Amino acid sequence: MVKKWLSNFYLALVFLFLYAPIAVLIIFSFNDSKSTGHWAGFSLRWYQDLIQDSRMQSAISTTVIVAILATAIATIVGTLTAIGIYKLTKKTKAFVLNVNYLPIISPEIVTAVGLMMLYRSLKFNFGFMTMLLAHIMFCIPYVVLSVLPRLYAMNPNMAEAAMDLGATPMQAIRKVVIPEIKPGILAGSLMAFTMSIDDFVISYFNTGNGVSNLSIEVYAMARRGIRPTVNALATIMVALVLITVLTANKIALKNKKEV
Amino acid sequence: MILVPMFLIFLYSIIVPNNSGQLAFNFTLDNYREVFTPIFLNTLRSSFVIALFATVLCLVIGYPVAWIISQFPPAKQSMLLLMFIMPMWINMLLRTYAWINILSRNGVLNTILVFFNIAPLDLMYTNFAVILGMVYNFLPFMILPIYTAIIKVDKSLIDAAHDLGAGSRQVFTRVVLPLTLPGVITGVIMVFLPAVSTFVIPQLLGGGQYMMIGNLIERQFLLTGNWHMGSAISMILMLFIFLSIWLMKKFDSGGNSGGALPW
Amino acid sequence: MKKLMTIMGLLTITLLGGCSNSDQEVLNVFNWGEYIDHEVLDMFGEEFNVRVNYDTFDSNETMYQRLKAGTTNYDVVIPSDYKIERMIGEGMVQQLNFDKIPNLQYVDPEFQNLVFDPENLYSIPYFWGTVGILYDTTVVTEPVDSWSILWNENYVNNVYMYDSQRDSLMVALKLLGYSLNTRDVNELEAARELLLDQRDLTNPVYVTDTVINSMIAGNSALAVVYSGDAAYIMDENPNMNFALPKEGTNLWVDAMVIPTDAGNVDLAHEFINFMMRPDIAQMNTEYVMYSTPNIKALEAIQNEEWTQNVAYNPSKQILDEINLEMYRDPGDFLNEYDKIWTEILAESR
Repeated sequence: MVKKWLSNFYLALVFLFLYAPIAVLIIFSFNDSKSTGHWAGFSLRWYQDLIQDSRMQSAISTTVIVAILATAIATIVGTLTAIGIYKLTKKTKAFVLNVNYLPIISPEIVTAVGLMMLYRSLKFNFGFMTMLLAHIMFCIPYVVLSVLPRLYAMNPNMAEAAMDLGATPMQAIRKVVIPEIKPGILAGSLMAFTMSIDDFVISYFNTGNGVSNLSIEVYAMARRGIRPTVNALATIMVALVLITVLTANKIALKNKKEV
Repeated sequence: MILVPMFLIFLYSIIVPNNSGQLAFNFTLDNYREVFTPIFLNTLRSSFVIALFATVLCLVIGYPVAWIISQFPPAKQSMLLLMFIMPMWINMLLRTYAWINILSRNGVLNTILVFFNIAPLDLMYTNFAVILGMVYNFLPFMILPIYTAIIKVDKSLIDAAHDLGAGSRQVFTRVVLPLTLPGVITGVIMVFLPAVSTFVIPQLLGGGQYMMIGNLIERQFLLTGNWHMGSAISMILMLFIFLSIWLMKKFDSGGNSGGALPW
Repeated sequence: MKKLMTIMGLLTITLLGGCSNSDQEVLNVFNWGEYIDHEVLDMFGEEFNVRVNYDTFDSNETMYQRLKAGTTNYDVVIPSDYKIERMIGEGMVQQLNFDKIPNLQYVDPEFQNLVFDPENLYSIPYFWGTVGILYDTTVVTEPVDSWSILWNENYVNNVYMYDSQRDSLMVALKLLGYSLNTRDVNELEAARELLLDQRDLTNPVYVTDTVINSMIAGNSALAVVYSGDAAYIMDENPNMNFALPKEGTNLWVDAMVIPTDAGNVDLAHEFINFMMRPDIAQMNTEYVMYSTPNIKALEAIQNEEWTQNVAYNPSKQILDEINLEMYRDPGDFLNEYDKIWTEILAESR
């Protein structure tokens, strides 16, 4: 059918658009020159560089750990917050929602500086914990944004019915509400993870004592041209995700066949 | 059970006074007066226009993508979705630099064009480059919410519409679109907001002279150290954003946006 | 669900726990991005058995904000001349104990006792350089000796200006024959008009660090660059050459200082002294390719090709001929500069 072919073609086009720069990044990770201005021949030196660069590696691990932790915590807190907001009266609800969305609406630098001043007044030691806290704080609104619509789409009587049948509130939430809003939670955590893993401004202002994440390192390198070591990293990341997705897909297919 | 979220919301409100702490100084309206110059208003206006343009583009490109993905078997859907989100996990700065690499005079695109004897294009530091950068960076933010909304739509409704004799176009405009409107609105917000306040993309792809409101704010904070000015501009920006969202809410008069928006 | 939580909890604790090496002394250094050979940091850490925390900034202003915010107690910071002047004035840096820095003997006296630290009590120079015109010799065939070439309509769409308030204003001010530290609003406004004219004549693009890769790729005919960047670009792209304009330009020096609230002052002194050791200074300048004030290090690399250009190593003659001025702290006048600068950039395209 023409329609199927057309739609697949369109998808492929957009796909191409999204991955064009990634392809360029991957190609230049094999470039035998520090600058991305010209091609100087094939080389694996940047991969070697990556293995030897302990500073980069600690930045990478910080980024990943913060992203995973922040996403996990923000998802839990965000979901609970969403449920809480759902139950509020109209007036308080509007106010609370406004506050909740403040981090999304504000320019990043305003959130960054605001959080920094908050932590400073609380006399926190700047470093890993402040970065993590800051990430959690700006991830929560995204989770709430994703979960709330699902809450509203859910039949409000289901939770009531469950409790009438003898379930405790916690049980009602866990066994009735959460499965209903699961897509929203997943989408929210995906968003949170994406925002966290790539964050620069907020991280930069809320860290210290040598704790750095990938974005900060890349930004620092930008002054003299980003070393292709980062390209090598990007290539590895892409490869990892691809492999994970393909394997997961294979497993899913296998499971289907077995059933 | 309700206490936990309430406490966290309280934590949030602490952030607000911190911003307001700076704003206390702004209550001398001096800053605001300085801000309301023609240059500033021009910048604000053009930022909104560019961001709007990029948002519309994202919508036009992204909606079909979300739709097509939703038509695949469910197992494939998550895989496809992941593939579309994945570029966002690669550092944004890195990806934008890659675009510079592609669009530059002696960049990848022109190298390919020249190879096929086509005249090279001078695309860097233009409106085109900046909008391209925005669409590129924010497209997944549009696709995800729309996709979430599409899969919520009860398939039987679509079938019923077909059964009742509606053509494909009618089915779309009268059944699917209204039902997925909440997702569209979320997507639009998720793209428009960062687009209007971003500074990295216009700075790298447009050059320093391509001044958008995000750049203005960033310069105030980082270069001049004039946080009062920066806060004043941010407040005004946020005001305009609230206004636009409120307008959009009017659009969606049925209150269909799933209650996620407070207005 | 519960299992997952406990596992994550344990993971966090072990990771966080494993992160602290509390038996070692720690040195916190705050420097420009890509402005040091990291191997040097590793060597210092090994020799003195300490851990070096290295944070970076991309502008003097960001550095200043972070320092004022006090979120980290840095032991050594490497700002630029005019910012140091301000920091000295505000008591943000402490006097150095020169008994602990014997390697000062290797530092060229030309770079000591400069305007921002007249008695050289607070700082040790780190790198220095100038600002000049980088040009593509295959495109620009006429002699390059004046800032006015950047206004030459023949090079329309082929000019990069630097997205830095003081550097771009400097170009216009020098062309008009004014000081780059002027506090005369009329002179500033004249500079603004000149720069706005430039936008009509050659439509320059205001770039920052992207200029380096861009010029290596040959994307533009002319660019305003720092001498250190020029040295690197010229090394990668032999078509490029560098010139210092006759109207004069800026001479800048980045120097090491110790903030007043430094945690480990002795170690800070050790670090500064270490950086001035000839072999270390040599490693550093070879990696970063910015001009070093260290006499012995400079001698050692005389034979290398890339050191023989006017960007890295301008001859004494040139330095005497050209009017070189250092930036001073503009104080509150910065607001005026800023207003003018915003007006220049934000003029509708």
